[in-house]
Amino acid sequence: MRETIRFVRRGQIVEIANIDPMTMLLDHLRLSEGATGTKEGCGEGDCGACTVAIGRVRNGKVAYEAVNACIQLLGMVDGAEIVAVEDLADGEVLHPIQQAMVEKHASQCGFCTPGFVMSLFSLYHSTEGPVTRGEVNDCIAGNLCRCTGYRPIVEAALSALEGARSDKFRAGNADTAGILEFLADDRDLFIGDEERFFAAPASIDGLAALYAQHPTAVIVAGATDVGLWITKQLRDLPKIIHLGRVPGLDRIEDTGRELLIGAAATYAQVEPYMRSIDPDLGELFRRIGSKQVRASGTVGGNVANGSPIGDTPPALIALGASMELQRGERSRVLPVEDFYIDYGKQNRASGEFVTGLMVPRLRPDQHFRCYKVTKRFDQDISAVMGAFRFTLDEDGVIREVRIAYGGMAGIPKRAKGAEAALNGAGIRDSQAWSAAFAALRADFSPLDDHRASAHYRAETAHALLGKALLEVAGTSTRRTRLVGQREDLVHAAE
Amino acid sequence: MPPNDVFLPDSELAVVRKSLPHDSAPRHVTGTAAYIDDIREPAGTLHVAPGYAPITAGRITALDLEAVRSSPGVVAVMTAGDIPGANDISPKLVGDDPALAGDVIRFHGQVVFIVVAETRDQARRAAKKAKFATIAETPVIDVDQATETVLPDYAFLRGDPETGLAASPYRFSDSFRIGGQEHFYLEGQISLAIPGEAGEMFVHASTQHPSEVQHLVAHALHLPTSAVTVEIRRMGGAFGGKESQASQWAVLAALAAWKTKAPCKLRLDRDDDMIMTGKRHDFRVDYRAGYDDDGVLHAVDVAFNARCGHSEDLSMGVVDRTMFHADNSYFYPEVRVLARRFRTNTCSNTAFRGFGGPQGMVFAERMMDQIAYRLGKDPLDVRKANFYRGGGRDRTPFGQQVTDNLLPELVGELEITSDYRARRAEIAAWNEKSRILKRGLALTPVKFGISFTLMPLNQAGALVHLYRDGSVHLNHGGTEMGQGLFLKVAQVVAEEFGVDMGKVAITATRTDKVPNTSPTAASSGTDLNAMAALAACTEIKGRLLTFIDQKWRVRRDQVKFRDNRVFLGNQSISLAELAEAAYAERIQLSSAGYYKTPVIAWNRDKAEGRPFYYFAYGASCSEVTIDTMTGEMKVDRVDVLHDVGKSLNPAIDIGQIEGGFVQGMGWLTTEELVWDGQGRLRTHAPSTYKIPTASDIPEHFKVDLFQSDGARENTIYRSKAVGEPPLMLPISVFCAIANAIASLNPGVTPPLDAPATPEAIMKAVRGIRAGAP
Repeated sequence: MRETIRFVRRGQIVEIANIDPMTMLLDHLRLSEGATGTKEGCGEGDCGACTVAIGRVRNGKVAYEAVNACIQLLGMVDGAEIVAVEDLADGEVLHPIQQAMVEKHASQCGFCTPGFVMSLFSLYHSTEGPVTRGEVNDCIAGNLCRCTGYRPIVEAALSALEGARSDKFRAGNADTAGILEFLADDRDLFIGDEERFFAAPASIDGLAALYAQHPTAVIVAGATDVGLWITKQLRDLPKIIHLGRVPGLDRIEDTGRELLIGAAATYAQVEPYMRSIDPDLGELFRRIGSKQVRASGTVGGNVANGSPIGDTPPALIALGASMELQRGERSRVLPVEDFYIDYGKQNRASGEFVTGLMVPRLRPDQHFRCYKVTKRFDQDISAVMGAFRFTLDEDGVIREVRIAYGGMAGIPKRAKGAEAALNGAGIRDSQAWSAAFAALRADFSPLDDHRASAHYRAETAHALLGKALLEVAGTSTRRTRLVGQREDLVHAAE
Repeated sequence: MPPNDVFLPDSELAVVRKSLPHDSAPRHVTGTAAYIDDIREPAGTLHVAPGYAPITAGRITALDLEAVRSSPGVVAVMTAGDIPGANDISPKLVGDDPALAGDVIRFHGQVVFIVVAETRDQARRAAKKAKFATIAETPVIDVDQATETVLPDYAFLRGDPETGLAASPYRFSDSFRIGGQEHFYLEGQISLAIPGEAGEMFVHASTQHPSEVQHLVAHALHLPTSAVTVEIRRMGGAFGGKESQASQWAVLAALAAWKTKAPCKLRLDRDDDMIMTGKRHDFRVDYRAGYDDDGVLHAVDVAFNARCGHSEDLSMGVVDRTMFHADNSYFYPEVRVLARRFRTNTCSNTAFRGFGGPQGMVFAERMMDQIAYRLGKDPLDVRKANFYRGGGRDRTPFGQQVTDNLLPELVGELEITSDYRARRAEIAAWNEKSRILKRGLALTPVKFGISFTLMPLNQAGALVHLYRDGSVHLNHGGTEMGQGLFLKVAQVVAEEFGVDMGKVAITATRTDKVPNTSPTAASSGTDLNAMAALAACTEIKGRLLTFIDQKWRVRRDQVKFRDNRVFLGNQSISLAELAEAAYAERIQLSSAGYYKTPVIAWNRDKAEGRPFYYFAYGASCSEVTIDTMTGEMKVDRVDVLHDVGKSLNPAIDIGQIEGGFVQGMGWLTTEELVWDGQGRLRTHAPSTYKIPTASDIPEHFKVDLFQSDGARENTIYRSKAVGEPPLMLPISVFCAIANAIASLNPGVTPPLDAPATPEAIMKAVRGIRAGAP
């Protein structure tokens, strides 16, 4: 067992013995190190001013991902390199990203600027050669700027990312990888005492044993939600168990018929697999949170959390996915939809945790669509999210349809009435459509809140089912969607 | 007043009109630009957190702070009774806005007590432990419920609108809503107060108005103004949100520092910041219009009903500016513009870029659309038909003559460069064939009045030192919030002394260097402060020129300051040599400069005068697509042409235009403030309040500066103010959305409220399908 956390800063190993389990990386940087370049804008991972890059060894090289330091527990960066905005320049010479930001007038008040620099630094290291405007937009969707209107930032990014990559991090990559590999060990991490600790077990058995012993502990994968319990709700979380060191818990296996996704696999890791099932799923995952959130947050966490507005559960339910839970040495499997009992209540026993998900791929006779409706296109929580899987026979008869919505009830939920109205009907049977729309009204009684009214949610749920039916019946998404590129993406995938 | 010929011709300018990068840019990108929270804390700095009651309106009958006091790390807890001086943070000291509420609560989030603790985390956690016993009253949340006002009603009246309406060939009446807006400056409210040896107080405050913070801190501590010094080097954004509403946090930090005799810092948590501080005013606009077959207005009668919140704050000036811009660019022959300022149990609405003007303009543009749709005309033609022009059609509803109107030319140019007419036809044809998706196009103008409408604020001071090594120290009363003010003023000073920018030291704004300053607001920062700095430079140079004449016998018209040299006829010396020589002869090398805007005058009681020195103009053309099933919307293309006179720094000005455009677009589209039935703000964090992000900006987002001979008035290098006017350019986005909806039922005006969220768009889609008026 190891009772310290260790990470790399500016080429040096930093080892810390006494940390409160709730210590955030941002506070460590600003308050302990005095490295004040990294800013706090919101304290909830939504504005990106606190963005730093976390380096970890992937395939023998250090790969950098942007994360929000304000909701990243310090213990979670054990074994990683932390790069903050002050670290980029080489003496007086600015990093290419920084230089381009200056030349393109990409800073005004400058407070968000360090976060943008770090997001783009991560893009600098995760791509080669020129990038598209879409890639840049996606990279900075989690960075809010209130001054510039983004145009000069995007131009700075496109310009800095035009040519070959060469900075001191590229040059020193092998050295850093060596240090990180030196730090990698298979010891359980446990800092604190029985009453108050941050733990990161290094085996699934160790995790199960520790959680059985401390069933009141909070299990953390990416902390993109739990972080806010600390920074916003000011809850005291004396016992925190982090999943990040359990080997294999972030595995993703593609059997050809289904995907097996470990509970600690991040959205970012899962996204390409989901995209390979269907372009709509890829786009859905791209629009969940931001790059920073997807680098930390996990699909397992999103499912286990039980939020009525999580985006992955409706998609997984429509796909017919199931999940595995473990308690002590016993595990069980259940369909994702059966995990949700009521608002805030899941089918999970004390001491039981989610270990993984099984997501069936689509068969050739299955057609999937999903839609996320938000006030803002990127990095926004859905007012309504709808997912649809139609199984059609050769005559266009709906053999089975699975329809699931988020934001329409206290839990992610199937539209059983609408499904029943469509099962067995022709995909172009307008009477069946009408019956399904009517049944949908009875399937849900959505709530009124700051994201949308109940009326709008019901109206939009109807609209999304309508869109799915139109599209599966043959209407091009160019006529049904603002960003109607599905046909191009399907074509490109083939 | 510097005479008109003080400026060099453009061909001789070395620094002015150059697109220099922001002076702090290299420090922004490396994280070394220090904001207040980045200043190394003095040893023993304590941290302050505010606490508030769980009700929106009513009384506190008992407040138990024992658990707060005994919470770990707590050093002090303060309530209203602990304030030694005035418990008043209202800008005009009218006593309606306490720093700490007593037993009466007037909005959810009103601060009742502060906790001072060793760490910020300890203070925040302790603040949650207060126990309140309260009697809640039913809160008044919006203007529909409100009856009480914060100020008397006020109106502009010309002619007889009632008769004018009756005599108009066509008329209608309507009502719609315009939402408020959270500033969402990335750096939240923050102050660090450091007590001095003799009871004085030094305050680092993130504020646009250091002098007002100075006054209010002095009042709260019962000190003379001279015992309080306020400094601000830079803000991480402000947008009006730190004009009056930075004061409370500075006052509370200073109170804590006074009580504990230790440096005290108060940095608001983002959610607290959004709950506690005021926003752009939201309105219900009720109006009637009369017009003819050409779409030309005959009479307008409009009432603006503003939600001001629980106190007056800046609602007089803000809502006056709504009235000043209710005409936008159009002549209203017979007109009444009425404003009502309602008191509600919500945060006190305040300054926000545009200062009420944008709401007035949204009304004007909606009315133009409405006339066009009712007549079946192109909205741009109706707009043009109503532009200010000669022939007795050049007086605003408040009586100022519009003499510098650029719009016919400017709009005409944009109409061509944006290919408006061809796109209009193409979109109409496209919409015919598209059932679910509809596109819309709009080209809207902006005319924005420049000057504070509170006359005394139209003055500024600066302080310039020339040192013996030829380096220059620059200070003025304006504050830097990202807009590039410090850079622009420094460009003017560098030009005057003929030196490189690196020779001019840009320094933090401080109330002990330049006193009695105006807020950096009303787009006036450069107009006022650059002129004051110029006056200081002119004074120093005047002394030097006299000295040169005496010492070298070179007449002042033979002397040139350029290329870091001083050219004296055929010879040259360095500025350092000149400074050293002048010093030796006991010539003063420092000067305070002063400027006040000429010409303007405004008598509010009589509603007469010329409140604005000049107008800034612009126009934009936006195209959108909407999804009529879900209400989702995408901005496809934006073209902007904007008048900044002759720019001091084109890159900085374009940055202001683009940033203002996107901020205004957010206000009118995705940014929605929602209060629940109990008067609690539900959208108090970026997770729920959505400002634009990069992908909301269209790939075609083209911003051009309108080329002209510059401001007609004698402004600094003939430039024009640029801070606020561009915020109103994206009204074209709002009108384009309405235009897309209008395609569903020609002849009917979409009942679209702002912001045009997907839900608001769907409501308008339903309304127009039902044939709403």
